[in-house]
Amino acid sequence: MVNLYSGAEIVFKSLEDQNVEYIFGYPGGAVLPIYDELKNHPSIKHILVRHEQGAGHAAEGYARSSGKPGVVLVTSGPGATNVVTALTDAYMDSIPLVCISGQVPTHLIGTDAFQECDTTGITRPCTKHNWLVKDINDLPRIMHEAFEVATSGRPGPVLVDIPKDVQFAKAKYFKPKKEKKLNIKIINRFNQKDIDQLISLMSKASKPVFYTGGGVINSGPKASELLRELVSLTGFPITSTLQGLGAYPGDDNLFLGMLGMHGTYEANNAMHDCDLLINIGARFDDRITGKIDEFSPKSKKIHIDIDPSSINKIIKVDLSIVGDVSDVISSTIKTLKNKNLNLEKSNKQKISKWWQQIQKWRTKKSLNFVNSDTVIKPQHAVQRLYELTKNQDTFITTEVGQHQMWAAQHYKFKKPNRWMTSGGLGTMGYGLPAAVGVQVAHPKKLVVDIAGEASILMTMQEISTAVQYNLPIKIFILNNQYMGMVRQWQELLHEKNYSESYSEALPDFVKLAEAYGCVGIRAEKPSELDEKIEEMISIDRPVIFDCHVDQNENCFPMIPSGKPHNQMLLGPKDQEENKITGKGKALV
Amino acid sequence: MVKSKSAYSTPTKLGKLDTHIIVVWVDNEASVLSRVVGLFSGRGYNIESLAVAEIDHKKNLSRITIVTTGTPQVIEQILLQLKKLVPVHKVANFKRDDKKVIFKEMALLKLVTNSSKIAKALKVCKKFNPIILDKTNKSVVIQVIALTREIDKISKNLKPLGLISVSRTGAVAMTRGAEVFN
Repeated sequence: MVNLYSGAEIVFKSLEDQNVEYIFGYPGGAVLPIYDELKNHPSIKHILVRHEQGAGHAAEGYARSSGKPGVVLVTSGPGATNVVTALTDAYMDSIPLVCISGQVPTHLIGTDAFQECDTTGITRPCTKHNWLVKDINDLPRIMHEAFEVATSGRPGPVLVDIPKDVQFAKAKYFKPKKEKKLNIKIINRFNQKDIDQLISLMSKASKPVFYTGGGVINSGPKASELLRELVSLTGFPITSTLQGLGAYPGDDNLFLGMLGMHGTYEANNAMHDCDLLINIGARFDDRITGKIDEFSPKSKKIHIDIDPSSINKIIKVDLSIVGDVSDVISSTIKTLKNKNLNLEKSNKQKISKWWQQIQKWRTKKSLNFVNSDTVIKPQHAVQRLYELTKNQDTFITTEVGQHQMWAAQHYKFKKPNRWMTSGGLGTMGYGLPAAVGVQVAHPKKLVVDIAGEASILMTMQEISTAVQYNLPIKIFILNNQYMGMVRQWQELLHEKNYSESYSEALPDFVKLAEAYGCVGIRAEKPSELDEKIEEMISIDRPVIFDCHVDQNENCFPMIPSGKPHNQMLLGPKDQEENKITGKGKALV
Repeated sequence: MVKSKSAYSTPTKLGKLDTHIIVVWVDNEASVLSRVVGLFSGRGYNIESLAVAEIDHKKNLSRITIVTTGTPQVIEQILLQLKKLVPVHKVANFKRDDKKVIFKEMALLKLVTNSSKIAKALKVCKKFNPIILDKTNKSVVIQVIALTREIDKISKNLKPLGLISVSRTGAVAMTRGAEVFN
């Protein structure tokens, strides 16, 4: 006799077969049968969040730091609509999520039933694919397909909407089929000719630069190792997008720092002046390219990406290689070694001039800021945090805004999967729940959310989740009482009309921490900063660190909108010098 | 320095727009059409006409024919984005002036008028093998199968002759000769 299982049982059986250890969720009427089944599956631990958006971001943090797909469980109606922001965030940053949502019983669909919404309709544009399971017999196939779609090719979120009657209905269960080999063929659409062409372009280049992105991280830790090998084999300079940080060690001499709107002077100028641009797993985002017409005008461009629709989407390239980053890099290294082409030596003279130029740009020290001994500068706070945490394996999440850019600029990542930030969607409120997810995946590691006081208030409630599960996350708030990035744009572009970017009434974060049952620390003077950061690290409980920083600090360098890479706005010191010479703010 | 007040770059010059006919083979399942149409609206692509029906009941396949305009870059993006949709099997792309492909569209044209104008109307359509599907002494329904732009022209010419209602299917496409795209 064949065993029949309820829909709820099938959900858990498939989660078990997909080796899921944690699900992030929030119960409600339309998922109660699934919640009822939870107790029978001890290998799967449920993390109860305080808001469904938090569940989504926590699952993202889990996925990004562990390389495994994040699983979310929410109810129908408001449960599903609350998770939409997180799904969109995961879609933009290519993070594998499987979201299971409850739905009203099939016979009530379309009747405006209690807590009904068109979940698959609403989430269609923010998922790779979604399913409404109307027949229990489809459920096992759909569950396995959901994991397959979320994790294959360019990863992303998927959603499975299960009506309540389907959760009760019974059917046969079958295990996932193994089709892995087939998929690799579909994903890798390059051949040796492409690799040979890549190497030929590399050996001809005199001003090359690697421009790497989140694709390297998504390709797994091996891709980062291979990238390091490729860079050291070639001796080419390398820069990274926001999402790619950590794929290459941030403190290495060949690394130029992050590029883009708030990237370093040397990275952006190298992008502009190079004669060969090798994009590995990045997507020519508009925060990276600046003005398209004047983007890297003199270079041959190579684009390595797993997603064919990324090629030529924004920037036309001369050579495209569609495939998994680690497979492409490993073929390239193999070929380089077979041909015995030591580019670093053979090209040394050509590239040495390029490196001299880069050194000149480096002397600008574009990340410098004017420090103070009366008020804590936010950059200084991030630098101190880095210095005091760099000797242990630290995971950093962020919210969105100035603090995010300062974190990206001043925190140097040595390993992949240590940096979780909302890049594509730019979701304020991402960092705290993401930190919860990271800490769940890495219980013994130090997890710090570098936050702003405005962002943190958007998902503040998740600190309660951290307290419930003894997740000792550290919320490091750079508190300037402004929506800093908004204020900065208003200062630069809207004649200092600070329309609604100042928070008149902020909570006392130390008392708030105590109210939630965690620890609050406040730092107001540079002299007490180190000591208090050390205190924060030493506490094995969740901490909210309220770091009062200079309210008027702006994030530099920056590329003003509509400008190419070589017209960066540098910090206040540089602007002053240029005023004197009458050159204005635009620097070449 | 003239300041842009936007956090985004200014649009660059648009390339030349071309009309393309895109054929998509999809699983005939719930919401598949909205996935395809949602892709177009979400990414700001045009749809000039759309024709869709199931073509293989056993394999559960539908064929969608979309007429769209866009720069070469946009057309390339449309094709690549369509191929990423899970229920999409295959995508074909034809330029409107491709001689190797037949494009046809059917129109039903209703005229309410007098008999002499009906006679004139049939003359206007003569080149396109008009079929009279319904006729009374003051009305007629004519079926015409032709190219999209020919139907545009017919409609325009029939306006003064009493055309009051037009129903069109949107273009469908088939390759000529033995070559198959399925």
